[in-house]
Amino acid sequence: MSDEHKHHIVPLRHYIGVFLALIFLTGATYWTALMDMGPLNTPVAMAIAIVKALLVVLIFMHVKYSNKLVKTMVVASALWLAIMFGFAGQDYLTRSWLG
Amino acid sequence: MSQQAHAAPGGVRLAHHFDDLQQQHESAQLGMWAFLLTEIMFFGGLFLCYIIYRNLYPHAWELASHQLNVLMGGVNTAVLICSSLTMALAIRTAQTGGGRIPQLIWLSLTLVFGATFLVIKYFEYVEKFKHGLIPGPSFLTSGHNPEIFGEELRHARIFFSLYFIMTGLHAFHMIVGIGVMLWMMRCSWKGMFTPTNYDGLEMFGLYWHFVDVIWIFLFPLLYLLGAHAAGGGHH
Repeated sequence: MSDEHKHHIVPLRHYIGVFLALIFLTGATYWTALMDMGPLNTPVAMAIAIVKALLVVLIFMHVKYSNKLVKTMVVASALWLAIMFGFAGQDYLTRSWLG
Repeated sequence: MSQQAHAAPGGVRLAHHFDDLQQQHESAQLGMWAFLLTEIMFFGGLFLCYIIYRNLYPHAWELASHQLNVLMGGVNTAVLICSSLTMALAIRTAQTGGGRIPQLIWLSLTLVFGATFLVIKYFEYVEKFKHGLIPGPSFLTSGHNPEIFGEELRHARIFFSLYFIMTGLHAFHMIVGIGVMLWMMRCSWKGMFTPTNYDGLEMFGLYWHFVDVIWIFLFPLLYLLGAHAAGGGHH
């Protein structure tokens, strides 16, 4: 039991790199939104948003360097969100099938 | 557990129910993430609402989205990303023992970015009020709404209800964040954040970054949806 434990200190260049990537991806979101990709526009925008969110969560929020319990918590939140979207979605998606 | 450990100099504060600072730190992290999980589910409900209504009224969603100011939304996205960087650097300064002044500089910058976001949001809301884009009975008659939305008038109103609820709730989180930030700056001024214990600052950082993540999703979903088909409509 010592007080000398060390937390992982993220190198400065990683923070700057993540920052630049986030700015770049914001530009990419705008640019891809201007292109007509039919039904793919929203999936592409969401894919970019998820990459941005992952960068923030893993590096800025230090989840990459956190213990397994914290990582489980993060995955759990994505899982519960998927359950909520999935169950409500299958209801609305299949209503028209009834004619 | 000696009393000295509780009152040790250099900001080391170990609560009596923890074995050591490591355990205390991990508990704080776990607790904060449990709170953020509830926040994710709370915003998630609104995103679900958005998905369902957008699938029901896709055309109204595109028309209404064109009324939002992409430039203001985009600038605000960049402002929040900057604030996340300065927040991360404030915590890094605490981790590396950079002292009070650099900590306070990074925190002040974060505060300024947060306030900038809210000021821009304020001007956006004013614009919406001026154009009568406020959900309510008047939405159906005010401004150019009947011409802009035509048959989709009532459905566009649902979009603006969700726009104001989602961005309003997000802005409320920003306001709370700025309040807590002032408290963090006071703690920082008193030298409470040191390499051995900066838990408070780090947990606040998690909240701040979380609010940024919400905006990362709000921006494309509200402002950019159907931008490729923009047929004017910007006043």
